[in-house]
Amino acid sequence: MEIARHWRLQRHRYALVGEVCNHCGVKIFPARDVCPECNAPAKTPYTFSGKGEVYSYSTVHHPPEGFEHFAPYVVALVRLAEGPLVAAQLTDVEGEKIEIGMPVEMVTRKLRDDGSRGTIVYGYKFRPVIASGTSADVKDASV
Amino acid sequence: MRDVSIIGIGETPVGEHWEKSLKELAGDAIQAAIKDAQIERVDVLYVGNMCSGTLNGQEHLGALISDWVGLRGVEAVKIEAACGSGAAALRLGYVAVAGELADFVVVAGVEKMTDRPSEQVTAALAMASDADFEAQNGLSFVALNALLMRRYMHEFGVCHRDFAPFAINAHKNAVNNPYALFPHAVTAEDFSAAKMIADPVNLLDSSPVCDGAAAVVLCPTEIARQFAARPVRIRASSAATDTIALHDRRDLLGLEGAALSAAKAYSQAKVTPKDIDLFELHDAFTIMSVLSLEACGFAERGRGVRLGAQGDIAIGGKIPITTMGGLKARGHPVGATGIYQVIEVALQLREQAGANQVRDARLGMAQNIGGSGATVVTTILEAVE
Amino acid sequence: MKIMKPQRDVGIVGYGAYVPRYRLRGTEISRMWEGEQGSTPPIKEKAVPGLDEDVATMSLEAARNALKRAAIDPSRIRAVWVGSESHPYAVKPTSTIVAEAIGAVPHTLAADWQFACKAGTEAMQAALGFVGSGMADYALALGMDTAQGRPRDALEYTAGAGGAAFLVGPAEESLAVLEGSTSYVTDTADFWRRQHEHYPAHAGRFTGEPGYFRHVLAAASEIMAALGRKPADYAHVIFHQPNTKFPRKAGRELGFSSEQLVAGLLVDDIGNTYAGAAMIGLTSVFDVAQPGERVLMVSFGSGAGSDAFDLRVTDAITARRGRALSTRDYIVRRHELDYATYARHREKIRME
Repeated sequence: MEIARHWRLQRHRYALVGEVCNHCGVKIFPARDVCPECNAPAKTPYTFSGKGEVYSYSTVHHPPEGFEHFAPYVVALVRLAEGPLVAAQLTDVEGEKIEIGMPVEMVTRKLRDDGSRGTIVYGYKFRPVIASGTSADVKDASV
Repeated sequence: MRDVSIIGIGETPVGEHWEKSLKELAGDAIQAAIKDAQIERVDVLYVGNMCSGTLNGQEHLGALISDWVGLRGVEAVKIEAACGSGAAALRLGYVAVAGELADFVVVAGVEKMTDRPSEQVTAALAMASDADFEAQNGLSFVALNALLMRRYMHEFGVCHRDFAPFAINAHKNAVNNPYALFPHAVTAEDFSAAKMIADPVNLLDSSPVCDGAAAVVLCPTEIARQFAARPVRIRASSAATDTIALHDRRDLLGLEGAALSAAKAYSQAKVTPKDIDLFELHDAFTIMSVLSLEACGFAERGRGVRLGAQGDIAIGGKIPITTMGGLKARGHPVGATGIYQVIEVALQLREQAGANQVRDARLGMAQNIGGSGATVVTTILEAVE
Repeated sequence: MKIMKPQRDVGIVGYGAYVPRYRLRGTEISRMWEGEQGSTPPIKEKAVPGLDEDVATMSLEAARNALKRAAIDPSRIRAVWVGSESHPYAVKPTSTIVAEAIGAVPHTLAADWQFACKAGTEAMQAALGFVGSGMADYALALGMDTAQGRPRDALEYTAGAGGAAFLVGPAEESLAVLEGSTSYVTDTADFWRRQHEHYPAHAGRFTGEPGYFRHVLAAASEIMAALGRKPADYAHVIFHQPNTKFPRKAGRELGFSSEQLVAGLLVDDIGNTYAGAAMIGLTSVFDVAQPGERVLMVSFGSGAGSDAFDLRVTDAITARRGRALSTRDYIVRRHELDYATYARHREKIRME
């Protein structure tokens, strides 16, 4: 249990908040306070849209301690629409064919659960983009 | 700056050492190295180790091991750079002798991993990555390599079975290494059928969890002949870093830290990849072998995997790798690996590699990698005539 | 009985639904406990949360959908209230997690509400009053559950997962304006769960007449009487839906046609989502409702009580509903589980 550590990361984890470099405009995730492109200070918070696509992926069959509850689970590098790569789990993908280039969107899920006496850590994961039907048409068809 | 040579080597078999503790393993290797060098004095002991705090509940290995091995009083300290700890310790030993701060330096690498259940070992190894943004998202160390491998396969249009020669070569070479964990051959069929760890990385892509210790003795080259019939000169020693997290890399498959580290080593040694007779690379996973070969200039980007199929990586090939089994088949006791690699290059240069001897080996390179390419230590060794 | 309506006109400026992706068919449950020749299950299938989902994560997605529709600065939200009977913590608010993640902190109230299946509409009542009083311009009320049914119990067939979020705000910005609400509460123990118990208990058929029907019918009749309405005045009516029978029977007794119920009756597809059940019925209605239409929503929570809301849909609905996923978008997204996987998802397998 590392309460303070997870608490410090909440802002980044809950809503994919990184930084933007006011000098060259690069969007940064995770936050690093110094622009990786131009080395200028970059401390302005920037909330990412959460849209991206799968850059690479794998399935973890042998999880590290603390993640057994979720195994097997899929992990990925996701290329965010704004540019950066982010390492995260893919969720809601059982039975889905995962491919490089597949569009995904950020959701906030349980990252780990430290049991009945511990806390629950929440953070970003990505899932396949849910198709948005024109609600009225779909509804009419189902009635 | 003084020229530095290796005058003694010692290693324990790599294995599941149920009967031996971390300090006993380290002690065995250090005593063997001191005996091999026939020195009577040690000025400094450097201990490369990654996981003693998390897996053995023991830090402060410098004091622990120096006392245990009969070196009470000497300067001793632990060096940690994840799986690159061994070579990072070697580099500090090199710096101490080259910088005239010490004459006789023992550099040991030790790891005792099998006392813990696998989930805890997996979690401990994941500490080599970015804790906040990789490990805490559930990415194991294998998973990070799987992400590299999948992307490589995608970008360069290669299949999983194209990586088989790297595992087959390592296992074949381990057969003649009495210190190897897996001294048995594997086939392409074994490779394809191996248990999946993190898709596409299977068991035969991966180096095993195990215990082991290895040690070398360094001294100035000018007096090396007094202690060793065949000293091995450190022609170059270099270290470089890259971002700890994969997602921060400018070029995911470029392994820039390895390229930088190798370029510095070539420059120091005034050689090119063509001059290297054998290469003990960091084959923690088959994909790492391929990326290292490319980053170090032995293959064009995207073509490293072909060196396997062409037989170039075999003993007798253009660039023999993992000549004593590599991380894959000799085993990967993480903090000790960098020293095992250097010892294996030394054996080749001393012409003591037995059935696996690379003919006319004059110049050998070892490259030890911490994390998924974040710390890279390259050592070029030369047989002293 | 005096209708409840704040002096300041208020309504709903944004709405959002959430249903997890997993489904367990009723026939899979009956196969488990009654064999292949079991009786016809009470509903077709129910929604089951993923291994990494709970009321906090589900509430958050519904809240984000409500915010997308409302398109307001989340720092102007002055209350985040989550009603549920399955909060992830016994002590520690779900609502702070939601408030933090949507950017409503720190100048906001945050609390979790508990009143069985009426916890969410109770939060709505409070939010309407809170904004109506002028203390706040926006307040977020949620009803969300990952309901647990004891294996083999009748409730196992229906205890589903899902819910909805409503962002309450000034009437002039609303996609549906509040015409008035009522609440009808008595001390009736028809369903309960004691501290530290995993599964709730219930009083069998007692939950029907003295529980559900007494409260739902009273709340609905009283609001219509107070506002001078008759069933035909409403385009849509939503009742709490623990199964398919109860809301249909309540509708018939009050004089509603099945056409008025259909848009808001989801229990056959997602199960009884408890605190979310009536509220997600309302999001489903908003997905199809036309400007000017009147909507009646009546919740029921065991213990027991009902909240009734009379809402009038405005022109704003047309532009806003397409800004986020519809209720149906979530319902058609489905991945079927077998009973064993369901048992794992719902922590019915003892791991330690």
